[in-house]
Amino acid sequence: MIEVQDIHKSFGDTHVLKGISTTFEQGKTNLVIGQSGSGKTVFLKCLLGLFTPEKGNICYSGNNYADLTSDEQRDLRQDMGMVFQGSALFDSMTVEENVRFPLEMFTKKERAEMQERVDVVLQRVNLVDAHKKYPSEISGGMKKRVAIARAIVMNPTYLFCDEPNSGLDPKTAILIDNLIQEITQEFNITTVINTHDMNSVMEIGEKIIFLKNGYKEWEGTKNEIFKTDNEAVTNFVYSSELFKKVRQMYIEERN
Amino acid sequence: MKYIAAVGKYFIMIWEVFKKPTKWTMMRSLIFKEIDELIYGSMGIIIFISFFIGGVVTIQTALNLTSPFLPKSLIGFATRQSVILEFAPTFTSIIMVGKVGSYITSSIGTMRVTEQIDALEVMGINSLNYLVFPKIIAMLFFPFAVAIAMYIGVLGGWIAAVFGGYAPSGEFIKGLQIDFNAFHVTYAFIKTLVFAFVIATIPSYFGYYMRGGALEVGKAATTSFVWTSVVIIILNYVLTQLLLG
Repeated sequence: MIEVQDIHKSFGDTHVLKGISTTFEQGKTNLVIGQSGSGKTVFLKCLLGLFTPEKGNICYSGNNYADLTSDEQRDLRQDMGMVFQGSALFDSMTVEENVRFPLEMFTKKERAEMQERVDVVLQRVNLVDAHKKYPSEISGGMKKRVAIARAIVMNPTYLFCDEPNSGLDPKTAILIDNLIQEITQEFNITTVINTHDMNSVMEIGEKIIFLKNGYKEWEGTKNEIFKTDNEAVTNFVYSSELFKKVRQMYIEERN
Repeated sequence: MKYIAAVGKYFIMIWEVFKKPTKWTMMRSLIFKEIDELIYGSMGIIIFISFFIGGVVTIQTALNLTSPFLPKSLIGFATRQSVILEFAPTFTSIIMVGKVGSYITSSIGTMRVTEQIDALEVMGINSLNYLVFPKIIAMLFFPFAVAIAMYIGVLGGWIAAVFGGYAPSGEFIKGLQIDFNAFHVTYAFIKTLVFAFVIATIPSYFGYYMRGGALEVGKAATTSFVWTSVVIIILNYVLTQLLLG
């Protein structure tokens, strides 16, 4: 579980995060949504410890990140997996080397044991014949799956995803969303996903927080988001014709 | 003020490079990879340039020694002094700034832009140690490259002198041996070691702390080349004054 208590983050005169508090529960896919520039990525980077908030606390399973020593913070980070927006695979390494990298870095496992684990996670993300390929030789969807495999290879307690299906076709995007949700439930991980893709919200949003101009504007589940009267949320969620129709149908059904 | 802050940030970076080392088995393979990339991969250009620079120094010296009272051995002497004291250590270093420095800035800068450095940090890895430390160690082998550059430069001079008809082989070799001071070689290696550290770290600084996209990677590589060259030229003066002055 991750508890976020009143965090503030500024860059120069720009106040990006303005007192955000929330809780991300274990075994659930928690979604952070909002328009571009609403502070989602900064928020996620604060959760990852890449940015230090000026004010507020972030507690991982009850431990306040700011109170940990730098060594303890690094140890905690080894318990986190991250899927970056652009996948952030190491260009100079093959798919299996990318996935094996955290194991080589942090475990004392034998080579064969590592390879076994790499095979298991690559199979889990449905990549069985790309072991020897370089990131430049695989598609965007495959890169995301490799990134997910690398993120879960160490059995993390926390999984963070920054717009995991951006740049993917709708079918692949749904596959990636479902994969993340399955992994979250299977390994009982606390997963936080940054997205502005409403399909993801509808597919896997067990808990959703909506950011606007650095504030937490709304918080709820994917069922509640249909019912909310919050204008900012409805303007964001129902900005496309498709979702306007979905809402209309929902209201008609309710009446 | 901006420059002072940058210098401070550079020294903080150096401090961070040596903190929280990466697992040795991983580091060892990274060091070998960097030696291959930075040193072995540069040998071709170093040999090529040294050979022709040695030849040009010889020809220019010969063409300026027009008096019949001056012995031809002076051509060998001047070639040796020029190559050992300046051309091999300093000129080769500037070439390395262009080749290796640009590579370091652009490769680290691209890792920054594509969030690969963030990925390392998220995993709890000291990214500065992982990226910069192997380059520093690899560049410690730069004096070996410079030793080869010295030999090839003098060889290029000998070939130009003998086959160009500027001096007989015996006279040229005699000139190479006149007043030989072994400390000059030591001085050249001391300079080279300092330059090697500069070549490994300043381009890393510009790559690591760059912000922006692909265009900024190119700009960072250019800026890194300019500043690394400036620092090497200044250090060359300071070290010469300290060691030979």
